Amino acid sequence: MYETNYHRASSVDEAARLMGDAGEGKYLAGGMTLIATMKQRLAAPSDLIDLRHIGSMKGITVNGRNVTIGAGTSHYDVASSDALKAVCPALCHLASHIGDPHVRHMGTIGGSVANDDPAADYPSAVLALNMTVRTNKREIAADDFFVGMFETALEEGEIIVSFSFEAPDKAAYQKFPNPASRYAMAGVFVAKKGSDVRVAVTGAGSNGVFRHQGMEAALKAAWAPDALAAVTVDAGMMMADIHGNSDYRANLVKVMAKRAVAAAG
Amino acid sequence: MGVEGIGARVARKEDKRFLTGKGRYVDDMKVAGMKYAVFVRSPHAHAKIKSIDVSAAKDMPGVIDVLEGKAMKEDGIGSLICGWMIHSKDGSPMNMGDWRPLAYETVRYVGDAVAIVVADSLGEARDAAEAVVVDYEVLPAVTEAVDALKPGAPQIHANAPGNQIYDWHIGDEGAVDAALASAAHVTEIEIHNNRLSPNPMEPRAALGIYDTAEDHYTCYTTSQNPHVARLVMSAFYNVAPENKLRVIAPDVGGGFGSKIYIYPEEITCLWASKKTGVPVKWTSDRTEAFLTDAHGRDHVSKVKMAFDANHRVTALKVDTTANFGAYMSLFSGAVPTYLYATLLSGQYNLPAIYANVHAVYTNTAPVDAYRGAGRPEATYLLERTMETAARELGISPAELRSINFIRQFPHQTPVIMNYDTGNFQASLDAAMAEADWAGFPARKAEAERRGKKRGIGMSCYIEACGIAPSAAVGSLGAGVGLWESAEVRVNAVGTIEVLTGSHSHGQGHETTFAQLVATRLGVPLDSISIVHGDTDKVQMGMGTYGSRSGAVGMSAIAKALDKVEVKAKKIAAHLLEASESDIVIENGELKVAGTDKSVPWFQVALSAYTAHNLPAGMEPGLKEGAFYDPANFTFPAGCYICEVEVDPDTGKTQLIQFVAADDFGNIINPMIVEGQVHGGIAQGIGQALLEGVQYDASTGQLLTASYMDYAMPRADDLPSYKVSHQTTPCTSNPLGIKGCGEAGAIGSPPAVINAITDAIGNNNLTMPATPAKVWAAMHGH
Ligand SMILES: Cc1cc2nc3c(=O)[nH]c(=O)nc-3n(C[C@H](O)[C@H](O)[C@H](O)COP(=O)(O)OP(=O)(O)OC[C@H]3O[C@@H](n4cnc5c(N)ncnc54)[C@H](O)[C@@H]3O)c2cc1C
Repeated sequence: MYETNYHRASSVDEAARLMGDAGEGKYLAGGMTLIATMKQRLAAPSDLIDLRHIGSMKGITVNGRNVTIGAGTSHYDVASSDALKAVCPALCHLASHIGDPHVRHMGTIGGSVANDDPAADYPSAVLALNMTVRTNKREIAADDFFVGMFETALEEGEIIVSFSFEAPDKAAYQKFPNPASRYAMAGVFVAKKGSDVRVAVTGAGSNGVFRHQGMEAALKAAWAPDALAAVTVDAGMMMADIHGNSDYRANLVKVMAKRAVAAAG
Repeated sequence: MGVEGIGARVARKEDKRFLTGKGRYVDDMKVAGMKYAVFVRSPHAHAKIKSIDVSAAKDMPGVIDVLEGKAMKEDGIGSLICGWMIHSKDGSPMNMGDWRPLAYETVRYVGDAVAIVVADSLGEARDAAEAVVVDYEVLPAVTEAVDALKPGAPQIHANAPGNQIYDWHIGDEGAVDAALASAAHVTEIEIHNNRLSPNPMEPRAALGIYDTAEDHYTCYTTSQNPHVARLVMSAFYNVAPENKLRVIAPDVGGGFGSKIYIYPEEITCLWASKKTGVPVKWTSDRTEAFLTDAHGRDHVSKVKMAFDANHRVTALKVDTTANFGAYMSLFSGAVPTYLYATLLSGQYNLPAIYANVHAVYTNTAPVDAYRGAGRPEATYLLERTMETAARELGISPAELRSINFIRQFPHQTPVIMNYDTGNFQASLDAAMAEADWAGFPARKAEAERRGKKRGIGMSCYIEACGIAPSAAVGSLGAGVGLWESAEVRVNAVGTIEVLTGSHSHGQGHETTFAQLVATRLGVPLDSISIVHGDTDKVQMGMGTYGSRSGAVGMSAIAKALDKVEVKAKKIAAHLLEASESDIVIENGELKVAGTDKSVPWFQVALSAYTAHNLPAGMEPGLKEGAFYDPANFTFPAGCYICEVEVDPDTGKTQLIQFVAADDFGNIINPMIVEGQVHGGIAQGIGQALLEGVQYDASTGQLLTASYMDYAMPRADDLPSYKVSHQTTPCTSNPLGIKGCGEAGAIGSPPAVINAITDAIGNNNLTMPATPAKVWAAMHGH
């Protein structure tokens, strides 16, 4: 790790101000991605602005079917929230399968979504649940948020404060883990709200997380695993690496989607 | 057996310090004035070094010095060597290329060290290492051994034309060809044995301390064999004469073979300590470990097996290409020859065998022994071939093996080995009963109804441990003898220190070796300490690998105990005024047999040291040493059965059950033996399902350089194992021990792959059988 200056912010405003004063600053949340990257000397921020002590960025509120999750909420807290489980158990299930217990106690939803790793789990939930991403500057619709691999609509210094969404009628997430990293080789989040269906795919796409229109249309017509039988997943849009080629990933996307629909009931 | 003696499930004495974080590893060592080292490594797989500029790095904060390979050469530090000479079939000696600890002319793999930076802190050393400017002229690289043999492949060492290190063979090719020509059936198969990274929990580390006043060096190192390290560093690398070099391997957190070898880093830390005048410590990080720890396996073989009309194997012909990486590591020469081809007879009565082995340089990390070393490659080849043959011949895999089992001992194979004892049918029967083999068709049908593919596979392995005798291995090219030493020191109060040349890095020697002493002398386990791992304490030894510490190391202790007993009995006879031949040792007492006359053990010890009343002419003291050179290898064997269920939608394999039935000869501590079997099987399953080192074929970059891409088995990848033992005591050592350290890793990979190929009905599958590969094999992608 290169030398860096550490700052502890106690409010969102203070964090933004500290970032403004920094040369090449970075926000620090759980550090589960950032610290590892710094240790490998692949990131060299001049300043680290720690968001972990900002109380207003933590916690889950459920009002009827309206859910708000602070960006600084840990994966463990999402996984184990009874209030959230009552309205959207799929999201708890997703969080419970991220990494290992250490990672789940440190890592945060905001850090994961801001980082936008193409194999991360949360981005699929943000898209499928049509979350609104609230930052210290504005609100960003899920469909506008993810731009490409490790690339989001966030501007320099912008802080994600919270995520909000209305709980769907039915939802489920199914993930096929990479045998080595256990990130998603293919993860599919399906959600049905009224007549609307959203299907978001992570881990597999060559340009990061995406919605699959073909599957959404098929599931709008009939909400059943078999409805996906005739849908093609284009292998040309899939990632290929030492863990699996694009044909395999295209297959996994379909299999995980079917299983997600089955699990959602 | 008693509660603490041989055969008892004694909890490991060493576990308290390991489990409470009180172990002392090399990186825990701190000495006054110690500084930190970082190596500058080649980012290229193959390149000429045009220049190295260290001036900017030397000016960085905290930097003591930056040292290069040229100065090391000028100081007379030798090149690294392979300590086992192999001759090609034309009689020529192997073509060993030069391996400089710090390269200064050519780098040959990503990670090859070119300079060492010594600084006040690790961070400063890292910063300075980045400021070293090396001007490389990048050369074409080759990573696969088969490609490296092709005409026009990049040349890696000038003295190894065509990248061939040796072209070795064993057996009677004429007889094998004749048998193949007249066979009723010939099974042909190509076998790939995937390259593995050893991944000990503790990474390698070295601390070099040069003492100017005494002109003496101390080296703390993560070694499985500190005495061999001292010998090699003295005799071949000219670091220092043996009496001026102390090597200490304290607690070592796993080795699996990778810590047998002497690497550039420890030599360089010692040399750098003298150059800089400060103690120099280096600890590998995990990516350095992936890049530079010696890898294992990496064979490609073509196999032909001939059968007569009664399904008896009449001949086996094997052509193997073995990837050695960029340099010949310390034992590498022996691995695909005498540790591999000599095991190709397996458990079978095989009249004729011929094996041809091509050892090949590539631009990858050096390859050497890794848990099993050669024997897993032989077992995988043989057991995949037997399984394939059974399917082709339409008979059950158990029957085909049974028909061909060796049933009379001793048995001389056509490839050097002479098996002393065994009962292969007993292990096969035990494993099949435990696995409920007969009930498999019903389980398969039930799985089919759930849309899953069930398969079952077996593997009957034999291996050779306690590689010996010294004269025999010497005649086969070994540069060292393979005996072991022991010294039993009885203190004046009767407590005991046992000094051994074996080295424990997870095996539990502090417990098992003490159990032997407790059994022999009837003294409590707590009164016995095992001392190892320090060349100043233990005079000489050959270390721990190849499951040799029980069979060879404990046999040396048994010999030393014989001598201690003889002297103790003489003293007791004198004190009890009895005849020496009437004295027996029981429950911590020396007794006159058949009487109530006795003297406690501590009294005998005390008498030996007070020397007030010893038999006339007897020297004081009670301390005896012994060297033990075995008469033969030992031959652990067994049968493993694996049952799997494959998800046809994803290609994912789930292990339903894993049965191990092993014959390890006599067992000292069943709990420790089971632990060794469990760990070995975990590594074997890792090889079969998950692990595989991958390089980019054109650039030679390591693609699996972290756990993000190199898949290690985790607890939830593994089933609970069902382990049992069938015992035929080894006849060639006094304890009847065969060894158990590697069996799990040797026997399990073919059982897993035989099960998966059975499940999916496609035999064309290579390890690791990842979900992606299994899915492709099922769906023709
Ligand atoms: C062993 C291991 C296994 C893992 N397995 C998985 C897995 O299976 N699935 C998965 O999805 N992930 C996995 N992860 C990643 C984990 O979920 C991380 O926690 C997550 O990706 C980053 O969250 P963090 O809170 O740790 O963020 P940090 O590492 O602190 O930050 C990540 C990035 O986000 C930025 N950032 C953080 N918070 C904010 C914010 N509020 N606003 C704007 N920018 C912000 C930081 O500046 C940084 O650039 C794993 C990580 C590890 C170490």
